Amino acid sequence: MPSDARTATLRDAVGLGVAVGLYGIAFGAAAAGAGLDTWQALATSALMFTGASQFAMIGVLGAGGGALSAVGSALLLGTRNTVYGVRLAPMLAPRGWLRRAGAAHWVIDETTAMAVAAPDRELGRLAFWVTGATIYLGWNVTTLIGSLGAAALGETAQAALDAVVPAAFLALLWPRLQRSAREPGVQRRVALGGAVIALALTPFVPAGVQVVLAVVAVALAGRPRRTAAA
Amino acid sequence: MSSGTLWAVVLAGSLGCYLLKLAGLSVPAAWVERPWVTRVVEFVPAALLAALVAVQAATSGPQLTVDGRLAGLAVAAVALALRAPFIVVLVLAGAAGALVHVLTG
Repeated sequence: MPSDARTATLRDAVGLGVAVGLYGIAFGAAAAGAGLDTWQALATSALMFTGASQFAMIGVLGAGGGALSAVGSALLLGTRNTVYGVRLAPMLAPRGWLRRAGAAHWVIDETTAMAVAAPDRELGRLAFWVTGATIYLGWNVTTLIGSLGAAALGETAQAALDAVVPAAFLALLWPRLQRSAREPGVQRRVALGGAVIALALTPFVPAGVQVVLAVVAVALAGRPRRTAAA
Repeated sequence: MSSGTLWAVVLAGSLGCYLLKLAGLSVPAAWVERPWVTRVVEFVPAALLAALVAVQAATSGPQLTVDGRLAGLAVAAVALALRAPFIVVLVLAGAAGALVHVLTG
């Protein structure tokens, strides 16, 4: 029976890795659109390896934003990995700095979700490492495909790609606004606030800065409402 | 932006994101698990991702613009509401954007 649970964990981890790989194609193509060459796109996926931060960085660069805004938005979205690490530390209990340094690189949404959902600690560790390895491989290979593919695009295909980028951000945002998310009402208010702040600031601040400043919406709209509805 | 600056952005952003991950595995849990910290971290992605959706779909430089990207976004929203897989959402959004581009020249 334990081997059944093991097989199920492996299957889920590999399946998730393949699914996440599809985002890599979108990232590679969008990175090319934002001006990153193939080596830069690949370096981002290999070294940053946290999807939302990567998309945010190239989103800001693609909008003509400066270096500080691009790095700042990536770091703001990277803060949640710190919280994931705290949650994972007791389970992974990485011994020695080398193992800890290696494990840290794969602390992302998907590996955390898979590790936390596993039935016990040993399977949780297995899920973390297998999900991490599958996604790392898939994400980098598909980034390469997306980046090379985008270089061959004509003008109409470029217009299509321009429309794909905001849709990809919406797809990343969508699950956070659904009823199954924690406090979906607050999430929706924060999201609406972020979008409104960004659009309102667009004519007045350097490109990209409006994205970073949109976090103000968390302070404005992120407070829990004092009704029973929550 | 020059290639050298882009490399600096990629490497600085990567190093920073890595240190944020490493910090989670390294610092005492009590430093991070304060109610206000977890709360802010819980909601930052919604604000930032929504801002990126808006900026990517409806602005060009300092201007607010309406073009095929907004049509693509609307199509993507419908597809997501219908629980379409990620790749289908992107293909439909791209097709809508390309269609508007062809129709409006």
